[in-house]
Amino acid sequence: MSALLEVRDLTVQLKMDSGMREVITGTSLTIAEGEAMGLVGESGSGKSMTAKAIARLLPDGADVQGSVTFDGTDVLALDGDALRKHRAQVAVVFQDPRAHINPVRRIEDFMTESLRILESVSKPDAAKRAAAALEEVGIDDPGKRLRQFPHELSGGMLQRVMIATALLSEPRLLLADECTTALDVTTQAEVMAILDDLRRDRGLSMLFITHDLELAGAVCDRTCVMYAGQVVETRAASLLHGDPLHPYSAALVQARPDISSTAERLVAIPGRPVSAFEAPSGCRFAPRCPHAEDACRAEEQVLTELDGGRVRCRRAAELRGRLLDGAHV
Amino acid sequence: MSIEIVDPVAEAEEASPDRRTLRRLGWVGWISIGVIVLALLMAVLGPILAPFDPNQGDLSFANVGPFGQHLLGFDGQGRDVLSRLLVGARTAIFGAAAVALVAVVIGTTLALVTAWFGGKVDATASVVIDVVFAFPGILLAILAAAVFGPSLFSAGLALAIAYSPYVARVLRGAALKERAMTYIAALEVQGFGAWRLCARHLLPNISSLIVAQGTILFGFAMVDLAAISFLGLGVQTPQADWGVMVSEGKTSLLQGYPLVSISAVLCIVAVVAAVSFLGDRLDTSSKAVNR
Amino acid sequence: MIAFLGKRMAMLLATLLVASFAIYGALYLAPGSPIAALTGGRSVPPEVLAQLEERYHLNEPFLTRYWLWLSGVVRGDLGESIPLRQDVSTIIGQRIGVTLQLVMLTAAIIIIVGVGLGIVGALGRKSVDFGVLLASTVSAALPAFAAAVLLQFVFGVMLGWFPVLGTGDGFVDQLRHLTLPALALAATSVALVARVTRTAVRDELDKEHVQTAVSRGLPWRDVVRRHVLRNAAIPITTVVGITIASLIALAAVVETAFGLNGLGAYLVQAAQNKDFATVQGISLVLVFAFVITNVIIDIAYAILDPRVTLGSRAQ
Repeated sequence: MSALLEVRDLTVQLKMDSGMREVITGTSLTIAEGEAMGLVGESGSGKSMTAKAIARLLPDGADVQGSVTFDGTDVLALDGDALRKHRAQVAVVFQDPRAHINPVRRIEDFMTESLRILESVSKPDAAKRAAAALEEVGIDDPGKRLRQFPHELSGGMLQRVMIATALLSEPRLLLADECTTALDVTTQAEVMAILDDLRRDRGLSMLFITHDLELAGAVCDRTCVMYAGQVVETRAASLLHGDPLHPYSAALVQARPDISSTAERLVAIPGRPVSAFEAPSGCRFAPRCPHAEDACRAEEQVLTELDGGRVRCRRAAELRGRLLDGAHV
Repeated sequence: MSIEIVDPVAEAEEASPDRRTLRRLGWVGWISIGVIVLALLMAVLGPILAPFDPNQGDLSFANVGPFGQHLLGFDGQGRDVLSRLLVGARTAIFGAAAVALVAVVIGTTLALVTAWFGGKVDATASVVIDVVFAFPGILLAILAAAVFGPSLFSAGLALAIAYSPYVARVLRGAALKERAMTYIAALEVQGFGAWRLCARHLLPNISSLIVAQGTILFGFAMVDLAAISFLGLGVQTPQADWGVMVSEGKTSLLQGYPLVSISAVLCIVAVVAAVSFLGDRLDTSSKAVNR
Repeated sequence: MIAFLGKRMAMLLATLLVASFAIYGALYLAPGSPIAALTGGRSVPPEVLAQLEERYHLNEPFLTRYWLWLSGVVRGDLGESIPLRQDVSTIIGQRIGVTLQLVMLTAAIIIIVGVGLGIVGALGRKSVDFGVLLASTVSAALPAFAAAVLLQFVFGVMLGWFPVLGTGDGFVDQLRHLTLPALALAATSVALVARVTRTAVRDELDKEHVQTAVSRGLPWRDVVRRHVLRNAAIPITTVVGITIASLIALAAVVETAFGLNGLGAYLVQAAQNKDFATVQGISLVLVFAFVITNVIIDIAYAILDPRVTLGSRAQ
């Protein structure tokens, strides 16, 4: 498998009222053709900003260092038509479909807009393709839905419209940014299943952003865990849940209720998540880590290879296998 | 003059301006405060400060430019322009303030009564409000002049009535929100009367909004009153008033001597701009502080 | 939509009915007898008096007179101006054209300049935006009569580019005569509309659905046209409508300032001369125009925003 997307040493600073603030520090990741990569972390960890950098949707005045390469082209250097072509190849499914779909235009207009404008598909043809796409995501009576306005559809249905629309333009990479978070639990499962099916059918690459480690494990090949703007662990998704290498990944695993076993108590991660610009020097997770030592706080941690994965923790090898059991603090 | 219609809910969420507001004023803000203080001084002390009799004209000085103690020269009837400006401030400023005050009192009362009692009272009041909405302020003032004869009083009363539904609409939203609070229900259950609850709880909670409405209306009232006096239906010539002066000066202006009209226009514009700038600034500052 | 229009029309008629009653009633209560106006204060023989009372229904009870007046109004007969001995409908007919032209020209200026500047300010560079903001702040503080006086002096007296008084003959000459009045009438409104437009477009630029459109690789002009401007058009239309409605009464000030032979200027004269029938007639026409404009705003709003259940106006 060759890499479709390669992000190398990405550092992003955003312009805020108080000056430039760093939100991503030296993030690297690759996604192969047809691969699904999970990007997991708490809010402020920089996962959404990474996706925005890949789609070139960062706000004005953002300072971006490092490189993003998509299918051999340098994404950060694109502008004009080339940039729009890149954006058309990278489809984004946003978290809140109600805010991300223009409320005053009909569903048909939303779904067929880029077909008509970018690919000059005729209006009836575009409508036919939109109707077919709606059926694929399990929406009945597509003809009627196409004529409706967004406020007439439920949140789950709108998110399915969003997914159908994303697939309609035949993208090569799908960026799914917390795309089920705003939905209720049963709808979440349905939407997730549809997304997973359609992606696999098409052999589409995906960057799946979520704060739910287990969900990432279920739909992704590999998972990348971010904390305070840095990648702290990258691993095969199936392994990460049972055998995390980084104390933060382990904490995420334990912070989630497990319905298959009866845990005595749900473990919350002490402290609050921080953004890159508020992070301490040395290991950024140290203040919240039960295994932190003085040496952790003293030096910047680097990503190192360990058992087919990469982890940013100097004690990873030593703590291996002990992170999940008996380590409740 | 139309009145901006403001979203009652968004307005209601603004806190009262605090000390930080003052620091955010900037130099334009301080100039605005200066203009308003000056205007108030003129309104209060104008007749005392006036160097000459504002109504005593000498036709041989008609349209003569500034010289000596006559800093702004003479108008078309040979009267001292500066003295007329100083004396004319009173009707322009206090007239507008009175209109704003009356409109706010009527509007607030309407808002509280309709918000408190709801139901039929609310429905009746909204019919009345709808009808008053159909009369733009200027039109109502012209009608008042036709009925009661042209005077500052009839024009002012008409404007106050025309403005009050706008106040009522904005405040009613805020009052309804406050009315729906559980603490009001709790106090009602304890047997506190409507009067007491309105006066002690509803009113203080929408007070910053009332002040804001009053400020906005003052600007509108000043412009509209001047316009009506300009039409000859408000303050009557030869009494000195800024609006009347604009109209009186027009003949001279068309003959190429603009000082009378333009000095009166500048007075009006300066005060209106200062008030509206401060109103805006208080508004955005309190929003920024809230965030 | 039909039900909405029906309901709105019923409300409109009810409002107009009450308004007409208020107008008629207020002038009925006014001190001073119309007989005095008719006779000019001279004493007249009783049979002439009786004839006059008969002719103008002066001895009928109030409600009967209101009813007679109202049924006339519905037939297009607004009564007779006593001082002028002329039908009020004729007086209105002679003058409504000037007012209509003035309001339409002003509306065009407000829409083109106000909305245009607002869009340019919101989408343009910072320096452009600052310029727009500055211009709108200055013009916002300029009431119509003040703008009228300043324009007359600068463009009429000093530069001599435009006539300062009168209506003019022929289309081009009329347009020349209406230019300064329309600019004076537009000054404050252009500023208000430019500001609201600027804010509306800026707010819309920050919306998530605009980001979606960008993320799909649509050309910027399509994003702006199809999403930013389309959605910003909702608040802009409301403000433009309210502003134009307010011109209807404000035109009286500008017409008087420029000596235009329009409805508003004549209303002011009629009020001064106690010509009650004319005051009633013109007031009714102005109220009618004002209320109709507001209904049109409501309908436009409902058409532009599908989320609105017909009949409620946001803001």
